[in-house]
Amino acid sequence: MSNEIKFNEETLALVHKMIKRYPEGKHKSALLPILHIAQAEFGGWLSPETMDYVASILNIKPIEVYEVASFYSMYNLKPVGKCLLEVCRTSSCWTRGAEDVVRHLEKKLGIKEGETTADGMFTIKTVECLGSCGSAPMLQCGASYHENLTMEKVDNLLEEYRAIGKQRSYTDMDYKNTL
Amino acid sequence: MGKKLLIHNDNVPGIATLEVYRQNGGYASVEKALKTMTPADVVEEVKKSGLRGRGGAGFPTGMKWSFLAKPEGVERYLVCNADESEPGTFKDRYLMEKIPHALIEGMITSSYALGAKTSYIYIRGEYFYVARIVEKAIDEAYAAGLLGKNILGTNFSHDCYVQVGAGAYICGEETALLESLEGKRGNPRIKPPFPAIAGLYGCPTVVNNVETIAAVCPIVMMGGDEYAKIGIGRSTGTKLISASGHINKPGVYEIELGLPVEEFIYSEEYCGGIINGRKLKAVVAGGSSVPILPAELILKNDKGEARLMSYESLSEGGFATGTMLGSGGFIVYDETTSIVKNLYTFARFYHHESCGQCSPCREGTGWMEKILHRIVEGQGKPSDVDLLWDIQRKIEGNTICPLGDAAAWPVASAIRHFRHEFEEYINHPERIKDVKHYYSVHQLAGA
Ligand SMILES: Cc1cc2nc3c(=O)[nH]c(=O)nc-3n(C[C@H](O)[C@H](O)[C@H](O)COP(=O)(O)O)c2cc1C
Ligand code: SF4
Ligand code: FES
Repeated sequence: MSNEIKFNEETLALVHKMIKRYPEGKHKSALLPILHIAQAEFGGWLSPETMDYVASILNIKPIEVYEVASFYSMYNLKPVGKCLLEVCRTSSCWTRGAEDVVRHLEKKLGIKEGETTADGMFTIKTVECLGSCGSAPMLQCGASYHENLTMEKVDNLLEEYRAIGKQRSYTDMDYKNTL
Repeated sequence: MGKKLLIHNDNVPGIATLEVYRQNGGYASVEKALKTMTPADVVEEVKKSGLRGRGGAGFPTGMKWSFLAKPEGVERYLVCNADESEPGTFKDRYLMEKIPHALIEGMITSSYALGAKTSYIYIRGEYFYVARIVEKAIDEAYAAGLLGKNILGTNFSHDCYVQVGAGAYICGEETALLESLEGKRGNPRIKPPFPAIAGLYGCPTVVNNVETIAAVCPIVMMGGDEYAKIGIGRSTGTKLISASGHINKPGVYEIELGLPVEEFIYSEEYCGGIINGRKLKAVVAGGSSVPILPAELILKNDKGEARLMSYESLSEGGFATGTMLGSGGFIVYDETTSIVKNLYTFARFYHHESCGQCSPCREGTGWMEKILHRIVEGQGKPSDVDLLWDIQRKIEGNTICPLGDAAAWPVASAIRHFRHEFEEYINHPERIKDVKHYYSVHQLAGA
């Protein structure tokens, strides 16, 4: 990641290709996917500078970006850890031990839900149903679903993520061919 | 074994690829529709089939299609609703992940029927990896001449794109989805105008669920009349059910509508009974928004007849003793479940997901969450149950979109059928610590 808020040539070309999916003059439709890319490329969250940059690319007012970024739960308006552990807390997961998963994570990482570890590695967040109810309990990290969790699985997961030093983000999922 | 039309091939190795999908009869409906039928013929077959929207509301698809305005020189759109965020529902994910071409095939055939040159598949942002799979399938379809200009050498041209959301249950509501697809906040629009008149970019638009669109393929192949023979009464065809909670075999099952609920829960072919041989306590049959029913009312209706998995049977008895098929998100709760705590997870969900446009929904969902929170924490007041009842009554029917009702119904039904449990929490806070709220992971593992 570079510090400058600017997409490289390749990403820009992709963004312009994406805009072509919508009719003439309806390029604002590309805002959600572009914000995903911007978040993945510029540190895992949407800073005001990042949002202003996206506004300039789409030639819309910054406020149009802020109001969208603040509406959707997947956009982080504050920095988060390299691995954002999103544990589903809704009914089906709750019936199968989601609260235990959260408690276990809190104990293992020495932080509370909503907090980030001092080394900036992990953030714990509880989220609403992720469509994985039949394989509960579950957590999402980056683009990956981790399902049918047990405490052992959670421990292994933390080790694995520590070893690679980051979450498998949208970038790792080859988003450039997807969004 | 019931008939399967949508996921009968889900275990064929490589079925996610175009090659294997076609070897198994895939894209035959595109071939048949484009080469031997007029768009009106396709609409007619869908009408005859009795297919009802699988996204939750159960509106007849053929009728919806015939409402589509067709002004000269104005684009029409088909938008696939793959936002799937209703708690307990994961069937669209299963279908798109396992057999993505079933959706693409349905998109092409349906777009032909509607005269749509462009379609979008709006997939919830969290299903990113699923969007990737669908996108790959679209690329394959383009390469094979099934999408793009002059499909299969006919005059019909069509482009299909994936759009990903970014985390908002409300974007499953069709007009909120259209707002989101236009790059805005997901605030539902006031209806009318309905999308059929003014939808995406103000153009006539049909919004259909993933499963609805996929079901169009077998309908075109077998004909509407044959399809209508499957199922029971006005609940024609098959339905994907997402089964979760305290059952031995959670997962997605395709059932023929009309299957007895008892068979669905206990037979080895489906849920395989309750885990650890425990007793059934309650079921949410159609996703979090539908009323919860206690065991005796989900297995049998108020007349003592077996309850069936169909639109009509599940709603028999109205809200006093019945529920709805909804999205087919079937959540099973065993005897150890705290209905109050479970309801709290739902109330928290609706508060989190309210878009905030209407005060009864925005404020009411917040109050309900707060009150339920204090009840589960042992701080409830004797007047709280009536207060909850009052609040949900004031939300229902007083909002722009049905999310308000969806937030009210779980509260109303939990109080209606399990009032004693709320009172126990409030009158005996000292017992709360002994209440087994849920299974721990270790218990589930059979330890
Ligand atoms: C709050 C809310 C959430 C909804 N979520 C979904 C959804 O995730 N998927 C879906 O297909 N329909 C959803 N619906 C229903 C849609 O508004 C719409 O009725 C449906 O997409 C129509 O398609 P169908 O007729 O094929 O079912 C939702 C409705 C509401 C009010
Ligand atoms: S009912 Fe709730 S979600 Fe629907 S428009 Fe009103 S505030 Fe938004
Ligand atoms: S309830 Fe957790 S994924 Fe659906």
